[in-house]
Amino acid sequence: MKKMNAQFLAGLVFGGAAVGALGGDITGKITLKGTPPDEMVLPLDAMCSQTRKAGETPPTTRFYVVDANGGLADVFVSLKSVSGTFEPPETPVILDQVGCEYVPYVLAVQTGQKIAVKNSDPVFHNVHPTPRVEGNPESNKAQLPNGKDLHFVFSQPEKFLRFKCDVHRWMFAYVNVVAHPFFAVSGEDGSYTIKNVPPGEYEIEAIHRKAHGPKYVGVSKKITVGTDGATADFVVDITQ
Amino acid sequence: MNGEGVYNPRFYWFAVFTAAATLVLIGSGGIVTSKGVGMAVPDWPNTYGYNMFFFPFSQWIGGVFWEHSHRLTGAGVGLLTVLLAVWSFGRSGGRFLCRILAPLLGLGGVLCFVLHYIAKSSASIAALLEMVGLLYFALAETRAQDGILLMALGAIFWIGGLYWPRCPAAPRRIRCLAGIAVAVVISQGVLGGLRVRLMQDEIGIVHAALAHLFFVLIAVVALFASRWWVNRKSHAAPTLKTQAAGWMLAAVASVIFGQLLLGAGMRHQHAGLPVSGFPLSEGRFWPLADEASVKAANVARNRMADYRDFPAITRGHILLYRGHLVLALTIFATASLLFFFRRGVFPKDHWLANLLAVWFLFICVQALLGAATVWSNKAADIATLHVVFGALALALASLLSMISFRLANAARQLAVEPAGSLSGLAEVAGRRAGMAHSRFS
Repeated sequence: MKKMNAQFLAGLVFGGAAVGALGGDITGKITLKGTPPDEMVLPLDAMCSQTRKAGETPPTTRFYVVDANGGLADVFVSLKSVSGTFEPPETPVILDQVGCEYVPYVLAVQTGQKIAVKNSDPVFHNVHPTPRVEGNPESNKAQLPNGKDLHFVFSQPEKFLRFKCDVHRWMFAYVNVVAHPFFAVSGEDGSYTIKNVPPGEYEIEAIHRKAHGPKYVGVSKKITVGTDGATADFVVDITQ
Repeated sequence: MNGEGVYNPRFYWFAVFTAAATLVLIGSGGIVTSKGVGMAVPDWPNTYGYNMFFFPFSQWIGGVFWEHSHRLTGAGVGLLTVLLAVWSFGRSGGRFLCRILAPLLGLGGVLCFVLHYIAKSSASIAALLEMVGLLYFALAETRAQDGILLMALGAIFWIGGLYWPRCPAAPRRIRCLAGIAVAVVISQGVLGGLRVRLMQDEIGIVHAALAHLFFVLIAVVALFASRWWVNRKSHAAPTLKTQAAGWMLAAVASVIFGQLLLGAGMRHQHAGLPVSGFPLSEGRFWPLADEASVKAANVARNRMADYRDFPAITRGHILLYRGHLVLALTIFATASLLFFFRRGVFPKDHWLANLLAVWFLFICVQALLGAATVWSNKAADIATLHVVFGALALALASLLSMISFRLANAARQLAVEPAGSLSGLAEVAGRRAGMAHSRFS
């Protein structure tokens, strides 16, 4: 109930002519323009190689994950300049370690929301978030094979906060911490959905970690969200 | 015995061995930073909950292998340093081992066991320990392992003390330096631990800098313990220009240390290379550090896949690189000058001239390794060799400087007492120390 009120409040602030109806969904697709660089095969050690199936394609870096239609995965999409206070969801976001890789590679959480880090591998890892924003604590915790979940919470918004494993130096995950619930990360086909956005006018931004790094200023556009939602497609251009 | 004591070959070679082990330790630390695995073991002084000496070998995987090896090598060098310091006190060192250190360690070990088992089995004693703030310490998982380790060390020291060499004490300056070395090696261990526990890269830079100074310190102890230093008769025919060379070498050693600091600063940024090539980066020898250039460099980096996924470079990284480049050129130019004019500074075919040539060779290799670090995109093995040769260049410059001063001093004394020449010199030294010249074997 509290969350609904907060969303309604946000709709009032940004919507101007907002009506108190339930929010709509913003959907869209991110497409990559240009040819991404070749990915690099990860130098898995013997123990990590054993976690992989025989004959499996060797894992590579995941800097530009693009499907056959140009859909770009792992793009962080969010509404800009949303004010108000939003209670974080109680359900933690799961970050797993599978085959000596973090899954998912890019994720997003709300400030104050728990991130539960699992270890599904038969080898141990250390989980080492390295935030850059003051107020988000750095920590470094060991996690044994199939050990207990580790929990992390960040109180300040931050883009692409890096989680790394120093035991396996190719293992990284990037977490976007947002002060409101209106965000998404594009899937393998480049599509995304931001749910329950109160009607109104917004500015929406799509950021790809590599294409828009290191300052993470992405592509943005103005949209009007009605009761039936809105659509916002983006093109991430790496030809320039 | 003269003022420099007596030559003890075993002590001398032990000091050389300790210096060599320190160089290995510096290399091991270098590879930990080069591979970016310094945080692979999140706890300290334990390793994944074990007393580090009990950590199972099967678990030495990935970055843990390098970090844990570094810790064990550090502990080994610490032990060697303690033994060196105790040995410098001669036969009384053996008594110290037997009567003080071994009982203390044994007592510590017993205390660990007793606290651990009593705290676990008796609620009232646990409450008492909690009152005095020792319960957490006593209940630590590794406490029994700590107890075994301390008792084993105590036993080894006690046996070692019984068979300790019956040699005279080393001169006061060696004893002082060895004592300082013990303090430094302990501080180094604590700094390494703090770097892990506090997760501060700045501590890593201090840790790296102190490692180089410690290496120089141990090398100086070895020099002072050498036959050449102790036996003044071997100080043949220096020239007075040697004094100037000594000052110049001391200055170069200081610049090399500054260079190592900058290098440590660059390495502990964990940001990869701030330039795309060497000697030219984007067509320039002197990389631009304005905002547009930094942005362009980061865009270019983002278009290359590298599994290490370095963070973006900043203007600060480029400025550090510039400083490193300037100091490298300064060192190379000064070393070249000393090398090409060595015949005028040192007597013809004097071994010091040859040693200076070896040092110049180290500087050349070091310069090449610096370039290779860029060419290899900061490959861990190349970057580590760069650290090791940096340490060698610093230590050798420091030793050469001290040797030069020593020779210059001898030259002055020869000029004062030409008649007695070298034997007269030895007598002067002997009188100064108020002791008779003797030789220990």
